[in-house]
This record gives sequence, structure tokens and C-alpha cells, in this order.
Amino acid sequence: MFTYTIRRLIFAVPTLLVISFVIFALLDLAPNDPLGELPLTIPPEVREQIRAAMGLDQPFLVRYVKWLQQFFINEPLNIFEQLTGWHIGDGNRMRVLSWATRSPVVDLIVQRLPQTLWVVGLAYLFGTLLAIPVGVISAYRQYSIFDQIGTFITMVGYSVPTFFTGVVLIVIFSSYLQWFPSVYDTNLQVRDWSSFLEQLRQMFLPILVLTLYNASQIARFVRASMLDNLSQDYVRTARAKGVKEKAVLLVHVLRNSLIPVVTVIALGVPTIFSGAIITEQIFRVNGLGQLLITAVQGADLPLVQTLTFIFAVLIVLFNLIADVLYGILDPRIRYD
Amino acid sequence: MTDAALTATAAAQAPIDTPFAVFWRKFRAHKGGVAGLIVFVLIVLAVYLGPLIHRIDPNKIDIRAKNQGPSFAHPFGTDNLGHDMLAQVLAGGQISLAVGITAMLLSLFLGTFVGVLAGYFRRIDGLLMRLTDLFLALPLLPLLLVIIMLFRDTLRAAFGPETGIFILIVFVIGITSWMHTARIVRGDVLAVKNQEFIVAAKSSGMYEHRIILRHILPNVLSSIMVSATLGIASAIITESALSFLGLGFPSDFPTWGRLLFDGVNFLQLTPSRVFWPGLAISLTVLSVNYLGDAVRDALDPRTLSR
Repeated sequence: MFTYTIRRLIFAVPTLLVISFVIFALLDLAPNDPLGELPLTIPPEVREQIRAAMGLDQPFLVRYVKWLQQFFINEPLNIFEQLTGWHIGDGNRMRVLSWATRSPVVDLIVQRLPQTLWVVGLAYLFGTLLAIPVGVISAYRQYSIFDQIGTFITMVGYSVPTFFTGVVLIVIFSSYLQWFPSVYDTNLQVRDWSSFLEQLRQMFLPILVLTLYNASQIARFVRASMLDNLSQDYVRTARAKGVKEKAVLLVHVLRNSLIPVVTVIALGVPTIFSGAIITEQIFRVNGLGQLLITAVQGADLPLVQTLTFIFAVLIVLFNLIADVLYGILDPRIRYD
Repeated sequence: MTDAALTATAAAQAPIDTPFAVFWRKFRAHKGGVAGLIVFVLIVLAVYLGPLIHRIDPNKIDIRAKNQGPSFAHPFGTDNLGHDMLAQVLAGGQISLAVGITAMLLSLFLGTFVGVLAGYFRRIDGLLMRLTDLFLALPLLPLLLVIIMLFRDTLRAAFGPETGIFILIVFVIGITSWMHTARIVRGDVLAVKNQEFIVAAKSSGMYEHRIILRHILPNVLSSIMVSATLGIASAIITESALSFLGLGFPSDFPTWGRLLFDGVNFLQLTPSRVFWPGLAISLTVLSVNYLGDAVRDALDPRTLSR
């Protein structure tokens, strides 16, 4: 298992390098001119200076290697210095700068991360907690009323796109009933009870939309996995030797059914960061997704490049975690 | 004489079920699938035949009749420029469905191509599967947004605003959604290719490409069909999501997602502008997903005994 993990980690390095190169090349070789948005009255020599200031005057490979150095060496060193307070070298390292704001990309990401984690992360947690009991009961009482309704609702929750559920909830709860605000206010600071309630109210709708979507996806999976296990021989054996029904269900079947579910949950974690772009856009939560959208619309290539690559790192990392978890949880799986 | 021969063949044919008849019998047993099929066919018919009945030009601007609620002349109301919403939803549906189906076909073709090659030819298996893994590790929605942002203007200039964006969106969705099909097809091909009839075909000197086309492909068709139905749903969702983020089709050539995006700013005034396109997307995707479930169950050999 350990050697398998090490091997996967080593294999992840070239994968990530290729991905970063693909993203970089895609952004760079595209026919769009990054200065295309600037007014035409700027004289050509000033234009050249702007290009040089953005680092665009150098050849493609040089810029790629510089980006690699900034992202993999300079930024981690900076974070390390901030965490420990030590100083390594002169501290004058080039950082990945956003073209639009001229501030380091990593600082922007650190600013936006908490909103995304709170809203989207909580929704993922609630979705998982809701999905497991629904899936278990649905499978245990297959074809019952609960199962019929549950299967229908999860199918609807899985099919209806979040940009429609979100908008419908805004119409009902913000526009007509006026219970919840439709716009997420990031400036709100939780100081006392009333501002805490306000925070809960503004988080309610986006979390509801995402919870419904995540829960539907995971619940369908839990149900299928439970159904696979309920018809196995060991369940009949357990019942035949007189194990209580509760123990059969919650100890024997549930534990075995959750093995694939855990990997699916792990595989879904990267979508906490990247997949909620649409929900963040509907409710104006200024998290990572919104940062990416503004960067894409403003053609802020360094920011787009770095964010997209971070999402790719998360996907590769959680793929690895899912595979390793599968091996740890299920002793029948042997990777060697 | 002839009568006797006819009854004999009829008697011989009766107990034999063609694969399609078996499929159809099992499909009909799945109530959700039948309902999904009916709803999907109704949506397709409405979208393509509806404009023959409801004869208002979707792009006709009637500024005096702006922001109206539902009426007899405009069953879905009108938007802020006086466009008739029903006509717009029908026209948008044609584009949404066309994008969904074309993108699905492209991704199905790519996925089957890669899957069959990887499964059949051992030498390129490793390479192709690493490529598939690489594509699976890409953050797709961010990349889609970036590609569209970067290539939109060039393609519009080359092919005209409508065809250009159509080609771009179909291509981009197709090229980022073939991986699951490829994996499934590869697995099926690996299972099929060691069976006796393939060995027999090989030893009789059949060309490789003919073995693939005549023997391998028909045997992996069932999983391709499941991918196809589910592929339409995900392509429609992706297209609407891109349009909803303002990076898909332009307003004068709207799809369901774009209509929804344009309607969001008028939520308070005319909620029906959001409701109908959203309902159309949701119903289409829901019906196609039910259809896919039913097709999968009907093609699953494990359900034969039931």
C-alpha cells in the first residue's frame, strides 16, 4: 500500500506538469491579444512597454519556466515564511501577478477561499450527511413509498441544473416571501447574535441549492451500492445465524456499501472548489468561482492559469486519495 | 401448398425474439423510461413543429408590447424588447437540442474510437489510457470557459456569428466529454476480443478493421447506447451552464440557457421569462436521464431472468 501511494505520487508529478503545460499553451497560443481591450490611441512604443511589463516580450518557453518557478518555488517559500516568520534569502522573489489588479494571485485566492469553503464546503458536508440515510432507507425498503418518492426527488435534484433551482428559490424566498436575501454580503462580520443570524440567513439559499444537488448525486450512489450488498450471501448468513436486523443493516451491509461511496465522496471534493462556479454566480458569493469568472471575462491570464492549475492539482490529489482509501478500506483490493 | 409453408414459418418465428423485441419488452417494463421517452418526444415535436402553429417570429421586436404577462397572443408573455417568449423558447429549444445531440455524437465518436483502439490494440493501450486519465484530471468547466473566451471572436469572424459559436460550443463540449465512453468501451472490447468468434475471424484472415467494424462494434453497442442517452443530457446541461455564465450563445441567437440568463435580471418584473426556459431544460434533462436509466436496465443481461 505504501509503495503504491509513493508510486502514484511520483506519477502525479509528470501528469501535473503536462496539465500545467497544456493550460499554459492553450492560454498562450490562443489567437486573442491580451492588449486587445486597450484603447487604440496608445502609441506603439507604449504598447511595447506594457507588453514588456507584463512579461509578454519573452519567448513562450521562457515564460512557462518562469511561471513554473514562481508557482512551485517562490509562492510556497512565501507561504512558508509567513507561517513560520523565518526569512529565507532576500525575500525579493517574483510572484505570479494578476494583470488586472497587479497584486499577487495567491493573495487574491487566499482572500476568496473562506467564502467558498464556508458555503460550498458546508453544502457538501450537509449533502453527504443527508444522502447516506436517504440512500440506506431507500435501498432497505426498496419499492416502498419512501423509495419511490426518494428516487424521484434524487432524480429531479440530479437533473435540474443548479442555475434553475437557485433562481426559482430566489423568486420564492427572496422575491415573494422575502425571508432570505438573494445576494451574499461578504462585508458582513459576525460580531453578535443578530449578525450571526443574518449570516445564517444569507448562507441558507446557496447552501440549500448545493445540498440538494450533492445529496441527490450521493444518495443515488448509496442506494445502488446498498442494493448490491443486500442481495449478497453474507447477509443471508448473518440473518440465518440470528444477528439482529439492525446489526445486519448498520454493521454488515452499511460498512461494505460505504466503501465505494467514500471514494465517490473523495472524488467529489475538488468540485467544492471548482464546481460551484454557477451557484456562486447566482447568489453573488465572491468566492473562487466568481474570481475565476471575473478573471476569464477580463482576460487576466496569470490568474486564470493559476486558478485552473490549482483545480487540476486538487483533482489529481483527490483521485489519488480516493484510490488509496479504496485500498485501505477494502482488504480485497490489492494494488501490488 | 403455399398456405402450409406460410403457417410453418409463422410457427417457427413466433417463439424467437429478436434482440430488439427483448429490449423493447424490458424497456416497456420501466415506467420512468416510458414516461421519459414520451416527454422527450413531445419536447422535440413541440420545438420543431411548434413554430408552424405559433407563427410569431422569435426575433420580431414589438416595443409597445414589452414585459407583458401571459396573454392569448403571447402565452408565455414578452420580454423587455417585446419578443414573444413562446416563440423564443421554441427557437431556443431547437438550438439547445441541436447542440446537445451534435455534441453527444462527437463525444460518442471520439470515445468509441479511443476505446476500441485502446481495447483492441495492446501496444497503444497504455498511451491512450494515460491520455484519458489526463483529460479526466483537467478541470473542465474552467477550461471550457477559457477556451470559449479565447477562441470566440476568431471563430465568429471565420464562420459568421451563429455558425462560429455553434461549432465552437459543440467542439468544446464534445472534446471534453468522451472519456467515460472511452473507458467503458475499452472494458467491453477487452471482454469481447478474446472470445472464440473473434479468434475464428482472425484465423480466417479477416482484416483487422473489418473485425472491428463487423464483430467488435456490434457487441459493444449496448454500452455506447447508454452513453449516448446520458451524453445528450450532460451536453445540454453544459451548454446551458456556459450560456448562463454569459459565455455561450449571444442574445440574438438564444438557447434555453441564454434565455434564462437574460431573464434573471427581470426576475421581479416577469418571472415567467426565467420559469419557462428553466422548466424546458429541466424536463428535457430529466426525461433523457430516465430514458438512459431504462435503456441501461433493458440492456443489462443481469435483468434477463426477471
